[in-house]
Amino acid sequence: MTRRFVPALLLWLAFVGTCIAVAGQTRFTTDLSAFLPEAPSEEQRVLVEQLRDGVVSRLLLVGIEGGDAGQRAQLSRGLARQLRTDAAFGMVANGEPVHRERDQALLFTHRYLLSPAIGAERFTTAGLRQAIGESVDLLASPLGMLTKALLPRDPTGELMQLLERLDGGARPATRDGVWASRDGRRALLLAQTRASGSDLDRQQAAISTLHSAFAEEAAKLPAGANLKLLISGAPAFAVDSRATIESEVTRLALVSTAIIVALLLFIYRSPTALVLGLLPVVSGALAGVAAVSLGFGMVHGVTLGFGTTLIGEAVDYAIYLFVQSGTRDGRDTFWPTIRLGVLTSICGFGALMFSGFPGLAQLGLYSIAGLVVAALTTRFILPHLLPARFAIRDVTPLGMQLRGLLAAAGKLRWLLIALAFAAGGVVYAQRDRLWNHELSALSPVPPAAQALDLALRTDVGAPDVRYMVVVRAADPEAALQAAEAASGRLQPLVESGAIGGFESPSFYLPSRARQLERKAALPDAAELRARLPEATRGLPLPAARLEPFVEDVAAARERAPLTRADLDGTSFAIAVDSLLMRQGERWTALLPLRAPTTGAHPGEIDTAAVRHALEGAPGSDTLFIDMKGESDRLYAGYFREALLLSLAGVLGIVALLGATLRSARRVVRVLLPLAASVLVVVAGLLLAGVALTILHLVGLLLIVAVGSNYALFFDGKGDGSAPPPGTLASMLFANLTTVAGFGVLAFSSVPVLQAIGGTVGPGALLALLFAAALARPSCPAAGAPER
Amino acid sequence: MFRTAYLRCSIAILLALGAVLDIAGPAAAAEGWTVAQLMQTLGKQSSGQATFVERKHLAVLDQPVESSGELRFQAPDRLEKITLKPRPESLVLEGNTLTVTRGKKQFSVRLSDYGEVAGFIDSIRATLAGDRATLERTYALHLAGSAERWTLTLLPRDQRMAEMIVRINIAGTRGQLREIEIMQADGDRSVMEIVTMGQTR
Repeated sequence: MTRRFVPALLLWLAFVGTCIAVAGQTRFTTDLSAFLPEAPSEEQRVLVEQLRDGVVSRLLLVGIEGGDAGQRAQLSRGLARQLRTDAAFGMVANGEPVHRERDQALLFTHRYLLSPAIGAERFTTAGLRQAIGESVDLLASPLGMLTKALLPRDPTGELMQLLERLDGGARPATRDGVWASRDGRRALLLAQTRASGSDLDRQQAAISTLHSAFAEEAAKLPAGANLKLLISGAPAFAVDSRATIESEVTRLALVSTAIIVALLLFIYRSPTALVLGLLPVVSGALAGVAAVSLGFGMVHGVTLGFGTTLIGEAVDYAIYLFVQSGTRDGRDTFWPTIRLGVLTSICGFGALMFSGFPGLAQLGLYSIAGLVVAALTTRFILPHLLPARFAIRDVTPLGMQLRGLLAAAGKLRWLLIALAFAAGGVVYAQRDRLWNHELSALSPVPPAAQALDLALRTDVGAPDVRYMVVVRAADPEAALQAAEAASGRLQPLVESGAIGGFESPSFYLPSRARQLERKAALPDAAELRARLPEATRGLPLPAARLEPFVEDVAAARERAPLTRADLDGTSFAIAVDSLLMRQGERWTALLPLRAPTTGAHPGEIDTAAVRHALEGAPGSDTLFIDMKGESDRLYAGYFREALLLSLAGVLGIVALLGATLRSARRVVRVLLPLAASVLVVVAGLLLAGVALTILHLVGLLLIVAVGSNYALFFDGKGDGSAPPPGTLASMLFANLTTVAGFGVLAFSSVPVLQAIGGTVGPGALLALLFAAALARPSCPAAGAPER
Repeated sequence: MFRTAYLRCSIAILLALGAVLDIAGPAAAAEGWTVAQLMQTLGKQSSGQATFVERKHLAVLDQPVESSGELRFQAPDRLEKITLKPRPESLVLEGNTLTVTRGKKQFSVRLSDYGEVAGFIDSIRATLAGDRATLERTYALHLAGSAERWTLTLLPRDQRMAEMIVRINIAGTRGQLREIEIMQADGDRSVMEIVTMGQTR
């Protein structure tokens, strides 16, 4: 040990100690937040909030299959009964009319505060006459069967007004009194968890409750009924993804560590060397976790998954050190190359740090911190820790064999060049389907689960809400008033057929101001009594029969405005809670729009008309959001960003190479194999039917970053001499560990990890091959002419 | 509430369908006019249309309310009741779906969502196709009169149906329906007069 080493060692120990302390305090998450962008625009923020905490994030879709229709219905009832008494669930719907009576009682009692038709005009003699006339006409219709009994109390037909407005949207089919799929083979149930979308522990508990309630109810059926429970929806996805990511990260780390340890033992034949070789990796990993923890406040499981790739790269440094420091040229030849390799990697990963995609930004920071610390540890700590008579097995014979192979690779050169051109042709021919433009491409949800979700969603008849109007205000009353103002602008669009209909929390709970307005429109009993004879003249309904109406109006004048608490025990409570919510300091009201089913453009909403109608709405906080359009725009924004960042990364690498190599020809020679590998990988993915996502793009950048090391070694001193045998051997080992690290990811079931692994794994291998084959011919025996 | 109302009205439509069915069935002998013969005559389906005038006598009103319009049938399973007065309204039963359009409002219900009651309607449909066995599962049948002037009385067997509808009287001439009277449990009743406009084979 040298005198200079002691402070370095102390510094390193202190650093590692600090990292361990930070890592110990770190919050690790595995929810979907890494896949949700930090949204730049107001509309996108609403989108992300909805995905994170909105109604959708709390809704479970449940299917029951197997048995016969009667058994499924019995199970559905039993399951719903259990869940309704469970505090974990806010709403459970299976088609049973549990709320119907209370709903109708509430509507009827409060009809004069709720009905949109109530205004000063409604109770004038002319207004009454028109409304009563319409009610009488309605008796001729089959719908009159419903209203005739209520006519003496509700001759103006306010209940009809309310029911018509509530009767929107498609309802699921019913079999044996409970919801069923259209083909009748599956019973359906909707359950909303009380826990918000981001509270995964409670979501998971709710799902377990669902499973055990199902098992309990299924046990009541005769043996052999064999019923099956299907669960989908955002909470199920989130909980499953978390479980997958957790198990994957553990599994990936174990597998890649095992592979690399085995590989190193094979190379070194020395446990000491193995331990020393892993030292930079462990230091780097700790530094990465600490850096991300400090920078982001938490570390995502996916970032740790990528950590396995770091093992693959950081372990290379020690390999170069052990193998090459023993050779004649020693450190002097390989350190500058390693330094340049680390710098190019930093350029690659560094670009990711600026991504708006939290997962990628974490990955960037993690990798940079990890690689720098691993390289510094290898450079300044590791050499001093080597025992005096440290030796690993002599790899020169292997290197010599590799030299032979290298010469053979030279012969393959034209084949590989042809391959690269063919790949270029494939990419060019398929350039139209090169990129996947769907945000869902990033979804960690497996395709089979997505298909089940779609099936259940179609059965329930609840297509994803695509368009909605969002208003925000400081308090619930102001939000309801804003919702009423927006409703006023949307209603004419329903009449004109531009939209099919819409929902609003103010339908169920009008603002206090609006309720008082309606109350003020009600005449007192004497006044109303006086108007009725004239209003009913010529109608088959004598005024004398309307005394119950006069009493009800008088009672309505005395009644206090409806509050949220009055809605408890009705389905309107759930509706209001889903559509009116607190977000931070503000209150948000959602008004989902329905597409018209008939008319000029069935199934489509006239978005231009909606925008036009909302123009100049009071308060700047009224937004019209196209959820799908917004998410596509979001992804497109990301994509552009990722593309720019990748280009910046590549430019950074080129600039770095230019500055170091000081020769355009050498830069081109280093870059050519990398470009060829990228082309071949892209062509391979395309041929395998994969459309490229942001993550593949990142993978391609990493091929350039990682592969540049090989190209640099082959470029050597730029004098055309082949790398010495030791270097060749160490490059092969380094490559194998990298391929193992990333290659393991390719088998992950988390699409994010799989995309990167499947790109970088083969890419790294190809980069080595291309670098070897395209290296400046150095063996005249290979027959290639000197340039 | 809604659903029951829809069902009752659709029963009326289905019964009215008979009016637009074949009128030129085999001239049965006046004597010995049986349910079997009536069924056979009704069962010969075709497309056609008729006008109707319906009067509802309701306890809550001093006078009956009257509505009128057209009934249409298109093979194989589309039935329409188009009310023109007093307010335009259309009821369309196609396959399993009943759609009501009134003004700009439209409602749709699926018949199969109604369990036994759907069976009730299906039985009528089956009857119009000449399936007497199905009809007798749902109603007790009484036929009176001759082929030229018969009255078929349907008494619901199902308790739930009987709570809504006491009796249905259908009057007709051979294979053509002339009048459908529905007596409701609450004392209200409706009478629909049917005039055939034409039919196709």
